[in-house]
Amino acid sequence: MTKLSEYIAKIDGKNHTPAIDPETIEISGAYVSDMLSDVMGSAKPGQAWITIMRHLNVIAVASMTGIPVIIFSKGNIPDAAVCDKALEEGICLISSNHDTFTLTGILYNTLGL
Amino acid sequence: MAEYWYIAEGFEEKVQSFLTNNGESEVDMMFTVPEKDFNTAGKGSSEVKNLLKRLGVESGVLRRIAVASYEAEINVAAHSQGGVMHSAVFDDLIHVRFEDEGPGIGDIEQAMVPGFSTADDLVRELGFGAGLGLPNIKKNSDAMHIVSEKGSSTLVEFIIFFA
Repeated sequence: MTKLSEYIAKIDGKNHTPAIDPETIEISGAYVSDMLSDVMGSAKPGQAWITIMRHLNVIAVASMTGIPVIIFSKGNIPDAAVCDKALEEGICLISSNHDTFTLTGILYNTLGL
Repeated sequence: MAEYWYIAEGFEEKVQSFLTNNGESEVDMMFTVPEKDFNTAGKGSSEVKNLLKRLGVESGVLRRIAVASYEAEINVAAHSQGGVMHSAVFDDLIHVRFEDEGPGIGDIEQAMVPGFSTADDLVRELGFGAGLGLPNIKKNSDAMHIVSEKGSSTLVEFIIFFA
């Protein structure tokens, strides 16, 4: 387990849902995919989701699957409507300029896996 | 009419008893799912999820219901000319039915194969269309039933017990 705040510092991440405090979110792992049904079929509750997808349905998928935080790779930034919906659902949105491979590797190391 | 039935192992009697008893549901909810409207699709699942959460349904069961229901809603928006979602909450289970206005599934067995998809470019661009929708509904349901025919409407329904 690692604190989301610690991971954000390592990936130079930006929080797009500042009303949600990353200090309060613990992550045990992540699921990495850009196919939404793949995430719903295989991601586990409590995992972070690393993706380039940043449209509104992504929030619904995270909500249905029990994902507390989405990390957008390669500088993909969600628009305001997506951020509002995420706040409503209590899902933290983070963006980083790193690509998906790098983000995953950093998390893997941070978790000591 | 082609038909597909799936009942999870050990649930045969419970499902049979539900289907024959025809009991009164506690709460009924109805939502329309317009064609290719991916912002409206999901509203029904979200409301059902919130209701069941308030009723104290266990989080693992809640997640299965939410995922099955959302996949089915997305299917109606992605593949049909629009339809309705009808959910009936009973004491011990939820029964969710999706009925659309066609154009029907040509080969249900093929549609159930993980990875098989007929999704168009718009649907794929959104990250849907991996061919996992119906398999995900099956994976999360205690019973699933499909009735369809090419050129006609489709019914997809599932039952999930709360305990």
